[in-house]
Amino acid sequence: MSNVFVLLFAREARLLCRRPAELANPLVFFAIVIALFPLAVGPETQLLQRISPGLVWLAALLAVLLSLDGLFRGDYEDGSLEQWVVSPHPLALLVLAKVLAHWVFSGLALVILAPLLGLMLGLPGSAMPVLLLSLLLGTPVLSLLGAVGAALTVGLKRGGLLLALLILPLYIPVLILGSGALQAALQGLPAAGYLLWLASLAALALTLTPFAIAAGLTISVGE
Amino acid sequence: MPSPFLEALSLTCERDWRVLFEGLDLEIRAGEMLQVSGPNGSGKTSLLRLLGGLMQPTQGEIRLNGKALLAQRAEVARNLLWIGHAAGIKGLLTAEENLVWLCALQRPSTRDAIWTALDAVGLRGFEDVPCHTLSAGQQRRVGLARLHLDAPPLWILDEPFTALDKLGVAQLERHLAEHCERGGMVVLTTHHTLGERPAGYRELDLGRAA
Amino acid sequence: MNWTWFHKLGSPKWFYEISGRWLPWLGWAALVLISVGLVWGLAFAPEDYQQGNSFRIIYIHVPSAFLAQSVYVMLAVAGLVGLVWKMKLADVALQQAAPIGAWMTCIALLTGAVWGKPTWGSWWVWDARLTSMLILLFLYFGVIALGHAITNRDSAAKACAVLAIVGVVNIPIIKYSVEWWNTLHQPATFKVTEKPAMPVEMWLPLLVMVLGFYCFFAAVLLMRMRLEVLRRESRASWVRSEVRALTEGER
Repeated sequence: MSNVFVLLFAREARLLCRRPAELANPLVFFAIVIALFPLAVGPETQLLQRISPGLVWLAALLAVLLSLDGLFRGDYEDGSLEQWVVSPHPLALLVLAKVLAHWVFSGLALVILAPLLGLMLGLPGSAMPVLLLSLLLGTPVLSLLGAVGAALTVGLKRGGLLLALLILPLYIPVLILGSGALQAALQGLPAAGYLLWLASLAALALTLTPFAIAAGLTISVGE
Repeated sequence: MPSPFLEALSLTCERDWRVLFEGLDLEIRAGEMLQVSGPNGSGKTSLLRLLGGLMQPTQGEIRLNGKALLAQRAEVARNLLWIGHAAGIKGLLTAEENLVWLCALQRPSTRDAIWTALDAVGLRGFEDVPCHTLSAGQQRRVGLARLHLDAPPLWILDEPFTALDKLGVAQLERHLAEHCERGGMVVLTTHHTLGERPAGYRELDLGRAA
Repeated sequence: MNWTWFHKLGSPKWFYEISGRWLPWLGWAALVLISVGLVWGLAFAPEDYQQGNSFRIIYIHVPSAFLAQSVYVMLAVAGLVGLVWKMKLADVALQQAAPIGAWMTCIALLTGAVWGKPTWGSWWVWDARLTSMLILLFLYFGVIALGHAITNRDSAAKACAVLAIVGVVNIPIIKYSVEWWNTLHQPATFKVTEKPAMPVEMWLPLLVMVLGFYCFFAAVLLMRMRLEVLRRESRASWVRSEVRALTEGER
């Protein structure tokens, strides 16, 4: 059973690596959104630094959401999902492998890029560990929750906007906790509480959402 | 008389306020081939998806070896091979990679067996070419290569002949007939008249049944 | 335990008959309770010592906010029943209740804004309760939009059920995180939520209003469900005779 998990993870990784451009898209989007904010609110360093926790998190959240739109669409169209559903393996396990592979290649890249963009917004070096850690704990939750929406909308021709509509409200706790952690770090306050909450959200998402994703996919395939 | 391998009891399938078929009974025993025919929109694919457990009937029940399909998912998966309109082939992966994964999903297979299967469907020399460079017919053959591997007894094939050339059609017909002769079972939809039919051949016309 | 009532509940014909009997009672109960509550609350309840007469909007705001939250929970329960027991009526209930819940949330938000103007001096403040309510509205929009986007009737119901269940698991998390966020960013503003205990003359009409709103919701939901059942079962003979009787009665 775990063998299938590893195989699917490797297969997804291989597929993602063969389309490097698609991997880069969310990253570029992330960078552009961050670059838009100074243009919109002005280049004043103090102001930018004050709002940077929110900015980085909002941009990361949108980038993850954007990257998730096509998560299952390819598999839906080429019949892979049907094969998953008729296979003897639990669908929840398969989707977990798929989402984790996707997160490792897009979410993790986002986490690694974030300090650079944070620096550009004037985030001090002392806040970087919290930025990295909060994104590291928060982006898997975003990916997993988003995958629920992606699974429910996979059969629709234009799922993109609907996906955002379904999922953005559910992202709010992660946004609050993630930017809260960063804000605390920026003010020199301890951020451990936020990070622990984020970690428990991640644990919760990791255990529960695969079943919701599997249910969503079964519904979409059975349509 | 042995009990049927797969049986459907008074199946009703309703899609968006439209009844596709109602009170449909059918059974499939070892060695039988069932061709589901009917005009477009008569519910051929829906029936196949119901039998494969991908969809739930509006009413009625499907049983495998006398037990409800829903109650024994793993057992169903071991006994049934489903190849839909799209066979689950990834364009970015090679034929071999695709088959390794599809087999691992059901019954793991060796590299040698996969190469032999690819050879049997006429894809020798294309084993490690990304599938998106293959033609539609060749891609279909990659999917059908699974029929040459250690396959479950019941095959459910939705339009398996699409995009195949004449030789490919003849080969597949023979392969399906042989499978039935060996005691396997095939349920398929196709618009063309089968040239080679096994002894247990039957046709179900959904256009007439409805 | 005897489960026949449960399976009977799944039969559309039985539902149609029994709901037809309940509907007038619920409708009258809603009308009486709401009118009594309104007159009592708006005209006879005492003024609030701090907010004066403007507090009276709670007689609309609180019941609708109550309903907005409980209807979402109801969506999830109906979704669970529909998914687990494959009960078609639960699917109908889910999809018919969602717009009512969304309207209730709208009313709660609007009355909240009207209340906010004299209390806080602005139509909208990012207060924890208002923000949570706004998010709840977005959650309702999600369920409604998903239900409309999926053309297959049964898939739409199941997808909405999954979304509602995911949403209901998230609601407490959202609620607490928003409250936390609120205390962080607005430490010491005047809070309506922490008012002293209400005297009986104030909360009794409120209770009447809440009950009235629930009856109103139940009546509207049953009406919508009955209509949907007729639509779904339009091929059944009992529906044909029912519709014939209804249309002839009109003539």
